[in-house]
Amino acid sequence: MKRFEKFSSKSILLPTDNIDTDQIIPARFLKITDKSDLGKNLFADWRYSSSGELTDFVLNRSENQQRKILITGDNFGCGSSREHAPWALVGYGLRAIVSTSFADIFRNNALKNHLLLITLEPSEYSQILATISSSPETEFTVDLAEQKLSFDRDSKEYSFHFPIDQFSKRCMMEGLDELGMLLSYEKEVANFEARLPVYPL
Amino acid sequence: MWSQSSMSKPKTLLEKIWDTHVVVEREQTVVYIDLHLIHEVTSPQAFTGLKEKGLKVRRPDKTFATIDHSLPTLIDSSNSRLSFADSMAVKQIEQLISNCKEFGIELYGLDSPHQGIVHVIGPELGLTQPGYTIVCGDSHTATHGAFGALAFGIGTTEVEQVLATQCLFQKKPKNYAVNLEGKLRRGVSAKDIILALIAKIGIDGATGHVFEYRGYAIKNLSMEERMTICNMSIEAGARAGMVAPDETTFDYLYHRPLAPKGAAWKEAVSRWKRFPTDEGAIFDKEVTIDVSSLEPMITFGTNPAMAIPISARVPDPESIADSGQKSSLQQALSYMDISPGRQLLDHPIDTVFIGSCTNSRLSDLEQAAKVFKGRKVAVKTLVVPGSQSVKKEAEDAGIDLIFKEAGAEWREPGCSMCIAMNGDQVAPGKYSVSTSNRNFEGRQGKGARTFLASPLTAAAAAVTGKITDIRSLEIEIL
Repeated sequence: MKRFEKFSSKSILLPTDNIDTDQIIPARFLKITDKSDLGKNLFADWRYSSSGELTDFVLNRSENQQRKILITGDNFGCGSSREHAPWALVGYGLRAIVSTSFADIFRNNALKNHLLLITLEPSEYSQILATISSSPETEFTVDLAEQKLSFDRDSKEYSFHFPIDQFSKRCMMEGLDELGMLLSYEKEVANFEARLPVYPL
Repeated sequence: MWSQSSMSKPKTLLEKIWDTHVVVEREQTVVYIDLHLIHEVTSPQAFTGLKEKGLKVRRPDKTFATIDHSLPTLIDSSNSRLSFADSMAVKQIEQLISNCKEFGIELYGLDSPHQGIVHVIGPELGLTQPGYTIVCGDSHTATHGAFGALAFGIGTTEVEQVLATQCLFQKKPKNYAVNLEGKLRRGVSAKDIILALIAKIGIDGATGHVFEYRGYAIKNLSMEERMTICNMSIEAGARAGMVAPDETTFDYLYHRPLAPKGAAWKEAVSRWKRFPTDEGAIFDKEVTIDVSSLEPMITFGTNPAMAIPISARVPDPESIADSGQKSSLQQALSYMDISPGRQLLDHPIDTVFIGSCTNSRLSDLEQAAKVFKGRKVAVKTLVVPGSQSVKKEAEDAGIDLIFKEAGAEWREPGCSMCIAMNGDQVAPGKYSVSTSNRNFEGRQGKGARTFLASPLTAAAAAVTGKITDIRSLEIEIL
């Protein structure tokens, strides 16, 4: 995994609450056996009709192309455990999602794919929405080391601190491989297994 | 480590399981996994990862696979073979078969009498046991919590980690007590309890928590009913839901093919009896529902928390102050093409689906069959048993004949129209009453509109062609 570097980008706004993983990537796209091509089907049912792209959907607007930050509603990623959801978001080119809350399994899956989830307080989130509504071209800076989301407005910097568990932060900052870390506990696992009750499996 | 001294702090069921599975406690806890269940959709990339890294499966003896999500439920009469939806489904299934062979994993596959929905076969085989940690690349893994196990869904990266190490990094979840008191009234079932809970606390009401279902009502439910409740814990944001193991649990497990036998059984039961929550243990959150006040429930919107008693009126977005919630409700009602303030009763429907890991077990089919008996379906109705074993039991009891005589389609086991990956789907714009677990937009097919309900309510809709209060039909025993 690559180290997660500080970056700046304008944002895509999709402020709906409770966006579930069936919307992020519909189940019919789960028949793949690799991770490729999911980005083009991100939000497929909101993005395309049988006759092509739905031009008014945010991902299809020309000004939103290449943007790396999605700003979205409460409880983003609820529903199924499909890791295809973060694969699709990352495959599309997103690197950070800003919301007031995220569903648990989605959170795990996203962080493991170095997709940063930025959880803001409702009042901070409202400020971000107000900013985008008056200046949709606002450029945000995401700094994981400082756990800070910031932007400039009227030559003043506004910044919001966001929480992240320190283990996930370290994995993302250092580009660590979790599986490698788990494998390094081989001895501890073997000891644990030796004292397990005799399972009937 | 398995005994609790009288001096120690009282613990919850969750804490007891957690504490007995901690392998390493560093900046993040490493937790040991007792049972890993696998299916075709969320495992291919995990096996590819193992192959690329040259790793083996650490404990193939604790890993079991089946095929359920993309498996067709219809047999092609011309060649007596399953009609696969497309070549991708075939490839995905073939890949699971070859991965299981290569890594030495038991697969309950196409020709197995044990094939079925992963959350149906785990319990019926006796793989699911109290006190276990159980994972599967599927959010409805919560089902297995009905046995007093800590069972939760994981992503594919974690599937690979468990395959390779039998462990996961985990953060300890919080305890959430769901007290279910009282006695269910006629026509009201386990599905109605869980829909009522989700509607009460909301779709993210339990994020970061694990439910423990407690109280008089849960003690009096069968294992299959407890599974229905635990299954949908995730729909309120809880990664897991559990019920303390008791005599009902032990009776269910006794003589299951892979449950302990003989002396090992006795030893296991005495160990399992130590798992229930201690008197005085503290929960982080608590909610109480008197189930005797519940009516049959039905959803009206596009997430499972948008549920109401069957005779109630659909809420009006104008009455909601929060702008996010208001727009969600507006979007949901627009997708469903349902006007606020109306009752759902008598709303015409096009399809009924009875099945899924929530409601495809024998008792679910028996309940539905009581409604179908002597009646005819008014709309296309699919009845999809959860496993080969359920199918056989139902056929041995002649229940399949009741469905067939009523004009319903009796299908092969699988996830089917719950996730609509296998070709079974609801047409765009059409309405279904479904015993499954999710009514998200497009869940049952692009543009499909889903009403979630119990097997009784779904069966009532099937025979009337509209949303119907089961209590208005004359049914023998309820």
